[in-house]
Amino acid sequence: MKDLDLLNKNNERFIYQFESGSNILMATKNLKIYYGDTLAMQNADLQFKKNSITALIGPSGSGKSTFLRSLDRMNDGVAITKGQIYYRGIDINRPEIDVYEVRRRIGMVFQRPNPFAKSIYENIAFALKRRGMHDKKKLDEVVEKSLRQAAIWDQVKDDLNKSALSLSGGQAQRVCIARALAVQPDVLLLDEPASALDPISTAQIEETLIDLKKDYTIIIVTHNMEQASRLSDYTVFFNLGQAIEYNTTKEIFTTPKVKLTENYVSGNFG
Amino acid sequence: MKDTQKQSSLAIGILRGIAGFVVLILIFLLGYIFITGLPNVSWHFLTSPAKAFTAGGGIGIQLFNSFYLLILAMVISLPISIGASIYLSEYVKDNLFTDTIRTSIEILSSLPSVVVGLFGFLLFVIQFNFGFSIISGALTLTIFNLPLLTRNIEESINGVSSDQLQGGLGLGLSKFETIYHIVIPAALPGIISGIILCSGRVFGEAAALIYTAGQSAPALNFGDWNPFNIDSPLSPMRPAETLAVHIWKINSEGIMPDLSKISSGSAAVLVLAILIFNLSARYVGRKVFERMTSAR
Repeated sequence: MKDLDLLNKNNERFIYQFESGSNILMATKNLKIYYGDTLAMQNADLQFKKNSITALIGPSGSGKSTFLRSLDRMNDGVAITKGQIYYRGIDINRPEIDVYEVRRRIGMVFQRPNPFAKSIYENIAFALKRRGMHDKKKLDEVVEKSLRQAAIWDQVKDDLNKSALSLSGGQAQRVCIARALAVQPDVLLLDEPASALDPISTAQIEETLIDLKKDYTIIIVTHNMEQASRLSDYTVFFNLGQAIEYNTTKEIFTTPKVKLTENYVSGNFG
Repeated sequence: MKDTQKQSSLAIGILRGIAGFVVLILIFLLGYIFITGLPNVSWHFLTSPAKAFTAGGGIGIQLFNSFYLLILAMVISLPISIGASIYLSEYVKDNLFTDTIRTSIEILSSLPSVVVGLFGFLLFVIQFNFGFSIISGALTLTIFNLPLLTRNIEESINGVSSDQLQGGLGLGLSKFETIYHIVIPAALPGIISGIILCSGRVFGEAAALIYTAGQSAPALNFGDWNPFNIDSPLSPMRPAETLAVHIWKINSEGIMPDLSKISSGSAAVLVLAILIFNLSARYVGRKVFERMTSAR
C-alpha cells in the first residue's frame, strides 16, 4: 500500500489560472472565513468561468459548503468572511453592497429540497411578487419558463395550484431550482442538491444542470465523485479548510497534480 | 417464563392500569356533569338573562360575556404573543438576556390566577380607574394568557424547518419578509391550534375575573351595538360576569329556587364549550393548513 501522506506535509497546492481574457464571472481573493475565532477557510483564491460547471469536492468538514455559502453571502451572521469576492469584477463582500440584490443575482439551491408551504405556482412567483411584479400574464410566463428550464413543467403544469409539499423529493428539488431561476440570476450555487434523492431523480437533475449551463454559471458542492466527473468542467478539491487543487475535471480525475488529491479521488480517504 | 419477561409484562400492566384510571376519572367527571346538567339546558336557558330571586332564569348574558371577553383578550394578547415568539424563536441567540425572558414567561405562566386577578384589580380597576369592566377583565386575562400563548406560538414557529428560512434568504428576501410571508404561514396550523387551546383555558377562567370583570351581569340592549353606550353588548366599560364566574357566584350566594338546576346546566355548557375548543383545535389547524397550501 502506498504512503497516503494524508497530512499533505509539504502543503502542496495547485490552483488553475485562466488565461487573461477568459470570461471570469466570479472570483475570490484572499478569502478567509472564521467561525468565531476558528479559521474555517483560507487559501482559496479561485476563479469561476462563465457558463461552466465547477464542482467543489472534498471530505466532510473540508469547508466546501462554507466556501459555497460565502459566494452569495449566506454566511452573513453565521461566519465572518474576510477578503474579496468578485462578481462581474465588483467586490460583493463589502458592507455597502446590497446583499439582497447579490442573492438574486447569485441563486442558491440547498441540500434538502425546501419548497415553501405554498402552491407550486406561488413557490415560483412569490419572490417576484415581493419585488413588485404583479402582472398576472408576466408572472404566468416566468412561472412556465422557470419550470420548463428546470425540466419539471410537463409533470406539474396541471397541478400548479397544488401544494408544493405534495411533490416527491426529486420533483420538489426541481421546483426549488425553478424557484431560484425565476428571479433571473446568472450564477447558480447548489449545495449537494442530489444527496437526498434517488438515483433516477439524481440523473434527471444532472441532465437539467447540463442543459442550464448554456445560460448560467453553475457551482456545485458534491460528495459524489462520479457526479463531479460526469457533470463538471472544472473541479476544486478542498481539504481542511483550503483549496488543495483546482483544475479541469479531466485533469483532476486522471492526472492530479497533488498527491492528496490523487488519494482522495481514488477513494483512499474521505 | 423468564423473569425479565414477567417484569416487563407486570410493568406494562401497571402502566395500562394508571392510564386507564386517568381516562376513567375524566369519563366519570364528564358523565356526571353532562347527565346532571344537560337536561336543564334549553334554548331558553342559553338565551335568557339570569334571574336573582325567581326560577326560570338563563345564562344568555353570561354566555355572551364569556365569548366577548375571550375575543377581546385574544385581540389584545395575540399581537404581543406573536411578536414575542417571533423574536424569541428567530432573532435571539441564547444568552443571559433571553434566559431571563424565558424564565419570566415560565414564572408568569405558573402564577395562581387569583393572584393575577387581584393584581388586575389593583392596577386596572383601581389605579387606572377602569372599574369592574370588560376592559379590566380582558387586560387581566391577557396577563394570564400571554405566557401560554407565547410558548405555544414559539413552539409552532420552531417546528418549521430552518430550511424554509434559508430558502427565502437565498432568493434575496429579507429575514423579516421570509419570516412574515413564509415561516409564519407554514406555522399557522400550529399557531391556530395553540390559540384555540388557550381559548379553552381563558374561557373557563373564573378567579382572575371575579375582581376585574365583576360579578354582575346588567341587562344588555341587544339592539344597540354602539360600543360607547353603556348598555350596548359591545361596551368595554360595563361590568360583565362570565359563565365561569356565574357558576362560582350562584353557588356561593345564589338564592333563586332553581339554583342547583342552573348551576349544573351552566357547568355542562361551560365544559361542553371547552371540550369543543380542545377537540376542534387540531382539526381546524389541519384544515387551515390544507386550505393554505393547496387552494389559492
